[in-house]
Amino acid sequence: MDAFTTLDGLVVPLDRANVDTDAIIPKQFLKSVKRSGFGPNLFDEWRYLDRGEPDQDSSGRPLNSDFVLNQPRYSGAEILIARDNFGCGSSREHAVWALLDYGIRVVIAPSFADIFYNNCFKNGVLPFVLAADEVDRIFKEIEANEGYRLQVDLAAQHVTLPSGETMRFEIDNFRKECLLQGLDEIGLSLQHADAVRNYETKRKQDAPWLFSS
Amino acid sequence: MLKNTLYDKLWNSHQVRTTAEGASVLYIDRHLVHEVTSPQAFEGLRIAGRKPWRVDSVLAVPDHNVPTTDRSVGISDPVARVQVETLDNNCVEFGLTEFKMDDPRQGIVHVVGPEAGATLPGMTVVCGDSHTSTHGALGALAFGIGTSEVEHVLATQCLIQQKSKNMLVRIDGQLRAGVSAKDMALAVIGEIGTAGGTGYAIEFGGEAVRALSIEGRMTLCNMTIEAGARAGMVAVDEKTIEYVRGRTYAPKGEQWEQAKAAWADLHSDDGAEFDRVVTLDGATIEPQVTWGTSPEMVLPVDGHVPRPEDEVDSVKRGNIERALTYMGLEGGQAITDIQLDKVFIGSCTNSRIEDLRDAAAVINGRKVAETINQALVVPGSGLVKRQAEAEGLDKLFIDAGFEWREPGCSMCLAMNADRLESGEHCASTSNRNFEGRQGQGGRTHLVSPAMAAAAAIAGHFVDVTKDNQGGV
Ligand code: SF4
Repeated sequence: MDAFTTLDGLVVPLDRANVDTDAIIPKQFLKSVKRSGFGPNLFDEWRYLDRGEPDQDSSGRPLNSDFVLNQPRYSGAEILIARDNFGCGSSREHAVWALLDYGIRVVIAPSFADIFYNNCFKNGVLPFVLAADEVDRIFKEIEANEGYRLQVDLAAQHVTLPSGETMRFEIDNFRKECLLQGLDEIGLSLQHADAVRNYETKRKQDAPWLFSS
Repeated sequence: MLKNTLYDKLWNSHQVRTTAEGASVLYIDRHLVHEVTSPQAFEGLRIAGRKPWRVDSVLAVPDHNVPTTDRSVGISDPVARVQVETLDNNCVEFGLTEFKMDDPRQGIVHVVGPEAGATLPGMTVVCGDSHTSTHGALGALAFGIGTSEVEHVLATQCLIQQKSKNMLVRIDGQLRAGVSAKDMALAVIGEIGTAGGTGYAIEFGGEAVRALSIEGRMTLCNMTIEAGARAGMVAVDEKTIEYVRGRTYAPKGEQWEQAKAAWADLHSDDGAEFDRVVTLDGATIEPQVTWGTSPEMVLPVDGHVPRPEDEVDSVKRGNIERALTYMGLEGGQAITDIQLDKVFIGSCTNSRIEDLRDAAAVINGRKVAETINQALVVPGSGLVKRQAEAEGLDKLFIDAGFEWREPGCSMCLAMNADRLESGEHCASTSNRNFEGRQGQGGRTHLVSPAMAAAAAIAGHFVDVTKDNQGGV
């Protein structure tokens, strides 16, 4: 996984609440057995006017010009900002893979669905919560200022607005460290294999039926 | 003495260690696997040269992509076929148990797990699927995970987790006849919203929950994820024990006695504290129907679709307007006036034998309305299908004009050929009414099995509690 430390990136506003993972990456693309290549199908049903199919070249498909990602001023955005409960619904990690493949490294919202939030950290994408009024203010500033960028600093846990003001965000230490260093969590866990074996030994005595199938 | 909730107990008994940063490492007893969220995890293992930690903890079954029509011809969609074959090959390569597509025990992973006794009280159960919350009905801590976590569990038998807060949803009183666990689930979501449970583990309690069968409790726990909570659970009681007894992977003999004794503690202690308590009166819950594109956009069947102009909050007003446009509905329209095109009875929410019995009882010799293009019944597993056929339910459905299919996820997410066409309205017993969920442009209305069957016959929604021709 790539580490995440700081990012100075263009922001794209997705002014919707309850953006679900079905919308982020529709089900037909889940048939892939790979982790990459989902970017062209990010928000497929909102982004294109036709129905997308897996393994199709999306470059010539008719675009929905009303959809925010298709507006030239947001081309190359690396930060996505949305409303409440972003990433709800299915656990599909493909949603994060699609965002990442498209180029999004930071997602900001007033709240996230738990599984999506968790999946982000496994892939070097930083999701964080700002208060609803802060999010609202950023939406308004984006609207008024073309080329609106934010500077995100994970170590300092804040985001700097073009005005120079900062907004702080919370993140738990374990996730923060893994992301800052781009750690392989499985490798980390396996360093503690003995603790797992000890747990299993004790558990086999207390609850042997859990080990008999 | 310290009073613990059921969630606290399950958490504590599975905590292997805490990390330096204060996260918990939880031991996972049961890992369920399906074809859509696992291939990249197996690939990760291969690349890193790792092996599964405990092969006997894994049970795999293909469900999302499998056809629900004649299985003997295989899977015609080549991309889906590769995915199912990839699961088969991975299970062979890593030595994992799989109920393959042609196995009579194959079905939707959340129907299969409890049915096989692979899900037991007191377990931690995970699956790369958000509806893993279903298994909490047995007094287990069960939650959905992403693919990276699937790989983590395969390699280490553990997950690094932050503990959630405790929420109790207590549903008192008795449900009226014709009102089911599905209506309870939708009513809870209507009450707390789709983000209401975010950051919480939900325990369901109260008289109406205790009165539910284990299958009903599964329906209720299944939809905790639609309320924003990863895990939902119900305390173990006599019904739980009776449900588990004798199942394939359930303990036997001396271990059964030992297990039963241990399971007696799987309830919240008297006086245990919850961070949030929500109470509903079961007697006032009416049959529910969703009208919009989020499960919280739900109303009693005799309700009217909201008018955007009545909403003062501009963000909420925008959501209502967008949902009405997508759903092709007018503000103020009666729910019972919505004309339906398709009916789907199935999914991990409502495809168990009791669900099929509920739906069949409503038919009572009547026929699916002429205006309905397709009415599907998709049993949750091969064993459910067989049981239904032994009871003659398949005949009742077929005679009424329903199609009787092979088990799988089917039109719940429309990864296979079963889907809505753009603009079609569907009465569906599944759990998600998101835009495009059942097919691009499709319009989903979530309801109970009895409501879906009644809607198939009428061609529009009717209140099953007043439908006196039916058997309910
Ligand atoms: S039935 Fe639907 S919700 Fe359940 S596991 Fe299958 S696709 Fe997911």
